[in-house]
Amino acid sequence: MKLSELCEKLSLTVVAGENNLDTAFDGVYAGDLLSRAMSHVEAENLWITIMSNINVIAVASLTEAAAVLLAEDVELIPEALDAAREKEITVLSSPLTVYELCVKIGELVS
Amino acid sequence: MSEPINFHFNVDGENFSSAGEASVVVKKKLRQLGFPPDVIRRVSIAMYEGEINMVIHANGGDADVTVDDEFITIVLKDTGPGIPDVSLAMQEGYSTARESIRALGFGAGMGLPNMKKYTDSMEIDTTVGVGTTITMKIAL
Repeated sequence: MKLSELCEKLSLTVVAGENNLDTAFDGVYAGDLLSRAMSHVEAENLWITIMSNINVIAVASLTEAAAVLLAEDVELIPEALDAAREKEITVLSSPLTVYELCVKIGELVS
Repeated sequence: MSEPINFHFNVDGENFSSAGEASVVVKKKLRQLGFPPDVIRRVSIAMYEGEINMVIHANGGDADVTVDDEFITIVLKDTGPGIPDVSLAMQEGYSTARESIRALGFGAGMGLPNMKKYTDSMEIDTTVGVGTTITMKIAL
C-alpha cells in the first residue's frame, strides 16, 4: 500500500517527506526500543513508535524503513525534524495509540 | 579489489545527536561499492550498536572499518571503563545504561547480542579501567 493511501485512510499528518508519499510500504514493525527496532525493522517497513528523538531518524535511515509513524501525536524535536528532512526520511503522525494504529493498518492491508 | 579500503571515524562521546553518524556513512560507502543489501544491513546494525555503546558507556572512541577481498572488519576502540563481566553483558536484556539514556530508547540490553548475531565473528578485548576493543568480521 502506498503511503499516500495510508495517510488518506487514517487521516495521518505528514511531518516530513511530503515528496515521498508515492512510496509503498510493505510490513509493519511497532516498538520503541531502538536496538529492537534496529534488528527488526525491515527495508520498506512502516515503523510505528512513540519515540521522537533524533536517534529514531538514524535507525529509520539505517533500516531503510519506508516511513516512521509517530503515535499519540508525539512531536519530533526540531533537531530530529531537521535530520529527517536532510536524510529524506518520511515521518507521519497520528493521535491514535500504537495499538489502535496496528489494528487499523491490519484491517487495511488484510 | 587489490588494496584494502579503510574508513576511520572518531565517535563523539555523550553526543546523542550525532550517534549513529559513522554507521550511516559506512552504509553509504558500502552501497557505493556495490555490496549486497544483506551484507550492508548486517554491517550497519553491528556498527550502529557498537557506536552507540561507545557513546553511552565509554565517552566515545575510534571506529575503523576495513574492506578487503574476504571480510568487512569493524574495530571499535575506546578508553572507557571496560566490561567487568563479558558473559553477563552478552545476555540479551542485560544493560547498565542510565535511566536518562533509557528514556531515549537505548538500554534494551541488545547491543552486544545484536553485534554478535549479525557478524560472523566478534572478539571483545576489555580491561576494567583501561578500555575495550571490539573486533567484528563479516565474511564476504
